[in-house]
Order: sequence, then C-alpha cells, then structure tokens
Amino acid sequence: MDDEAKKLSEARSEELALRCRSVKKYYGSVKAVDGVDLEVRIGECFGLLGPNGAGKTTLVEVLEGLTRADSGEVLVLGYQWGSGDDCGFRERISVQLQETQLADKLTVEETVRLFRSFYKKGRSVEEVIQKSGLAEKRKERVQKLSGGTKQRLALACALVSEPELLFLDEPTTGLDPQARYQVWEIVEEFRSRGGTIILTTHYMEEAARLCERVAIMDHGKILAMGGPKELVESYVGKEIIEFNAEQGFEMCVLERLPGVLGVERKNGVYVLRVLELNQTLPALVSEVEKTGQRLSRLISRQATLEDVFMILTGGKLRDE
Amino acid sequence: MSERGIYHPLIELTIARIKETVREPEAMFWIFVFPVLFALGLGIAFRDRVPERIPVAIDSRMPDSEKVSEIISQSYRLKVKILSPADAFQDLRTGKVALVLSREPELMQSQSLEAHRVNPRSADADFFFIYDPTRSESQIARLAVNDALQSGMGRKEMVSVMDKEVREPGARYIDFLIPGLVGMNLMGSGMWGVGFAIVFARTRKLLKRYAATPMRRSHFLLAFMLSRLLFLVWEVGMVIACGWLFFNVRVYGSLLSLTLVSIIGALTFAGMGLLVASRATTIESATGWMNFIMLPMYLLSGCFFSYSRFPEFMHPFIRALPLTALNDAMRAVINQGAPLFHSWLELIVLSAWGAISFILALRIFRWQ
Repeated sequence: MDDEAKKLSEARSEELALRCRSVKKYYGSVKAVDGVDLEVRIGECFGLLGPNGAGKTTLVEVLEGLTRADSGEVLVLGYQWGSGDDCGFRERISVQLQETQLADKLTVEETVRLFRSFYKKGRSVEEVIQKSGLAEKRKERVQKLSGGTKQRLALACALVSEPELLFLDEPTTGLDPQARYQVWEIVEEFRSRGGTIILTTHYMEEAARLCERVAIMDHGKILAMGGPKELVESYVGKEIIEFNAEQGFEMCVLERLPGVLGVERKNGVYVLRVLELNQTLPALVSEVEKTGQRLSRLISRQATLEDVFMILTGGKLRDE
Repeated sequence: MSERGIYHPLIELTIARIKETVREPEAMFWIFVFPVLFALGLGIAFRDRVPERIPVAIDSRMPDSEKVSEIISQSYRLKVKILSPADAFQDLRTGKVALVLSREPELMQSQSLEAHRVNPRSADADFFFIYDPTRSESQIARLAVNDALQSGMGRKEMVSVMDKEVREPGARYIDFLIPGLVGMNLMGSGMWGVGFAIVFARTRKLLKRYAATPMRRSHFLLAFMLSRLLFLVWEVGMVIACGWLFFNVRVYGSLLSLTLVSIIGALTFAGMGLLVASRATTIESATGWMNFIMLPMYLLSGCFFSYSRFPEFMHPFIRALPLTALNDAMRAVINQGAPLFHSWLELIVLSAWGAISFILALRIFRWQ
C-alpha cells in the first residue's frame, strides 16, 4: 500500500505526457477498449503489448484523437481532444498508423516535404531524410520501396515535425530482422532527443529493447503493467525449464522441488517456472534418477514477456 | 530551422496532386488523349457529306415503269429502283426504301402498312404512294416523288424558284458535338479525378494519416479543386484546338466567357466528385455511384444529340441537370457567341449543384 502511494505521488510530481481514465470504446457488442487507465511520463517509452484484436489500435487511435471514446477521460500533453484547437494541438504530436500506404506516385523526398508543409515548425526535410537512412532512396517513388524502407519513410513523415509525443502502431510488423533493427535505431534517436513514445507491438524483443514500461492488453483490458523485467519476475520468475518425461510425474512432486514457482503440463511437455536454475535443476535431476525415469528434450531458457502473457491469458501473444 | 516560407500546405498538396495525376499513365490517357480521339472519331464519322438520295421503289407491274423511273430520277433527292411487289413490300417494311410508287392501291393481299393515295376519295387514282407517314424520310420522299412526277408530266410552275445552299461552319453536327464533348470531358475528369483519388486514399488509410496532422481539411479539398483548374486548361484547350484544327469549328464567343464557363463547370463536377467520394469506402461502391450519376447525363444532357428529341414534359427535368446546364452554356458561348449573361440561368443551376455538393461533402466527409 505504502509502495503504491509512493509511486502515485512520484507520477504526479513529474509532468505526464499522457493520462487516461476508464476509457471505453465499444463497436456494437465488441468491447474494443473496456475501461483502460494509463499514465505515461514525459521522456518515457511506453509499450502496449497484446495479440491482434486486443484493442491496442483502437486505444491508440483514441489517444491520438482519431477515434472518439464512448466514455472516459483522455489528456494528452495536458490537452483534451475536442476542447477547441485539435488542429493546432496536432503540431505537438505525431503518429505512425498501422498499415498506412503513402501516395504511390510521389517520391520519398516529395512525401517528406509534403508532411513537413503541414507543420509550422520542425526539422528540415534534408536532416530527416539523412537520419532515417533514406538519402539514397530520395528520388525513388514510394511504390518501388521495400517494406522496411516504406516503414522508415513513414517514421520520417512522423518525425519531420519534431513532435513531443510520438505514437507508433506496430512499427515493425512484417519486417525482417535487419529492417526492424533500422527502425529501432530511428526510434532510439528520437528518444535520445527527449521525445516520448507510445508504441504497440506484439514482438517481445521490441518491447524489451525499446520500452521502459509496458502494459499487457487483451480483450480491451489492461492485464498487467510495469517494467518488462519486473513483469517477468513477478509473474513468471527468472527461468523456465521445459522437459519431456517418458512415464510422467505427479505434478505435486515437481511443485515441491526447491525454487519452483509453478508447474504446467502442455502437450506432454512439463513447464517449470523457477527462480534460479542452479537451485532447481540438480533437485530435478536427482528426482528423475530416484524414480528411474529418463529425461528427454530438456530446455532451460530465460522467462520472457510472452510467458507473462501466457500466464495472464492462457493464450499466445503472437498468433502466427 | 524554420522552412514555413518555402512550404505552404495548399501549394504542396496541389503540387502533389498534380504529380500524382501526371504520373498515372491511365489517368493521362482518359483525361487527355481519349477525348481528342473521341472528337476525331465522331468528327470523321459525321463529317460534311453530300445529302443522301432517298431510295424509292417503283412497282414493276406498271407497264410504263421504265419511263416513270426516268422521270422521277430527274429529282436529285431520289434514288429509284424497280422492284416486284413482293420485293418492294419487303424493302419498304425493312426501311430500305422510303416509298413505293404503284398504280395499284395495294402491294400485297394483306397489307399491314397504311396505303396512302393521292386522292383518298377516288379508288382509281393514276398513282398510289405507299409509305409509312410516321417516317420523316418517307414524308420527304412523298413530296419529292410527287413533285418530280407532276413536273415530268408537264405541270407548269407558277413562280420561279432557285436553291441556295448554306454550309457555314456553326451549323454542322461537329459544331454541335465539340461543346458537348468539352462538357462531357469536364464532368468525367472532374468526377473521376477527384472521386477516385479520394476513395483510393481512404482505402489506403492515407486520409486518416493526413487527419492526424495539423493539415487543414479545407486545404486538402481545395488542392483537388486547384489541380482540377490546372488540368482544365489542357482538357478544354485540346478538344477546342482539335475541333478548330481538323474541322474548322470556331469559338464565336470570347475566350473569357469560355474560360469562366469551363471553370464553373470544372469546379461543379469536382464538388460532385467530392460528394460521391465523401463516404464511399471501396472503389467499387464509388464506381457504382459515379456511373449512376453520370450515365443518365451522358444520355439526357445533349452531348451527342439535342435533348429536344425527348418529350416536352421531360425538358424542365433535363435542364435542371448540371451537365445540361454546362452544355447549353458552352454552346451559347462557342456556337452562338452569346455574352455570358445570356446563360445566367444555366450558370446558376450549375453553380448551385457545385456549391450544394461541396458544402454537403464537407459536412459528411469521412476521413477514415
């Protein structure tokens, strides 16, 4: 209790980039966003994690002022959407939408230049093109660009206004690892200039690398929130041990092993969530020997946000 | 670094719009090349020609058919052939001949066509003209055959007359056609050009992306209007130049009047394209609406033939259509050389369509 009060006062003492309270957005009977509370500090990179259809995009579009919430309160950089000068306020934020296709027939440079013209102040077209690694492609038409280059162009269009707050909706979905890495670099450059970012993703590495705090979302609700590491440790533990055993174990036997936080059996595979490998592993091996079994396919790995999600929802984060 | 001075959103949006259009080969063809080809094709099909002779038949049962044929052939309006009653009836029925000249009142036993006689009271007239009086060609044939027959048989003319032919540019079909093509062109490229681009941008979520910037909505829509005005110079200019160069179609009115009518027409149809595109979320539904709106106007609004051919009671409705108003105003300027105020009603009708469409479009426009 004490801790929570401390956290709250901390958050209030700093200026907030974003605050929303009990935001709801229903499409008919579909509860796309079903009562979300969020606070994002200035200078923070905040990640919204969840599978497709979790309501991430709807929530982000409510925050961006593109969709009206049915109820709830949204304050972005202290501004409430619809309270007068939406158009003027948009000078201060930028968005990158999921799956926007920019005008095919324009070149990279023309596209950035067009977006630059919408803003009163911002960075120079030249600088943004350089920083986004688009210098070689500047005369290329958008239709001829690869997926990764298109995404970097979309980022360039969002960054050319030098926004205080940047919304990124699945910025690397469908990109190969190298293209993803290039996008991350651009995002990190923006952060190093003091920008605030709210991003949605269903890639764990992305959230772990870019975000200071993440919220895990499913069915329009936020299930858990915190730093990626803390979330993993508090919900899963540090390590995961997975193995097959021919004759099988009593679950309670495994649960009583030292350092074990939880046991599950999925498709014949035992999954142990443990605090420390060197505490649990020897005990597991001696237990195996005692019962005269044979272990097969023993795997140990670090727990990830994906495990957090599985525990919270019983589902998979990526539906690939 | 402030660059606001160089980049004005309205200018940038207009330039982007123009570049997008110019870089789309199909759009260039439909907007610029097609109307010219169309005008050329129609102009060639309906170019000046010697007035055609009307075909008439003479009943071969007549003993003096050769002599009568010779007499009637004197008329430069007629082309005469001698046919058996069965053939003559067949040709009359299928419109290959306009009239059959016979000494018998009937061609066939059961004659479905009305037999008209020179003297309806006498069943034994010298000749019978057998024809369908609802065909205008047959009416002319009736007069010409009678004329040739009477004078060939020695009728004395009471007064002397002489034909003087007038074939001035301005009265030909191509003169009628060119202003109609200009109007049709302005409608087509206005509605397709604006409507398609917007629906396309909406399906690609580009509109939503723009809506997330401080870009003024009015700038975005105005850019469409401005780019339309630039293309208009070419669209109207090409067709008019083509008509003048190949068919000697003159613009009798002032260039200023022509420009003003063109601008009002272009803006009106850009506004209507905007309205059609304001809610459509798929290219297919937009195409359907476009055709639904434009096809009746292609037919009714006097592009290819005068709407006076439609029944009188339809005229007020037809004249209330924007394309009719544009075509009428265009013809007044190009063919008649009338001053602009002559077409005040048409211009008001046109502007009203444009203004109402634009205002409505702004109200119901969906950015996503």
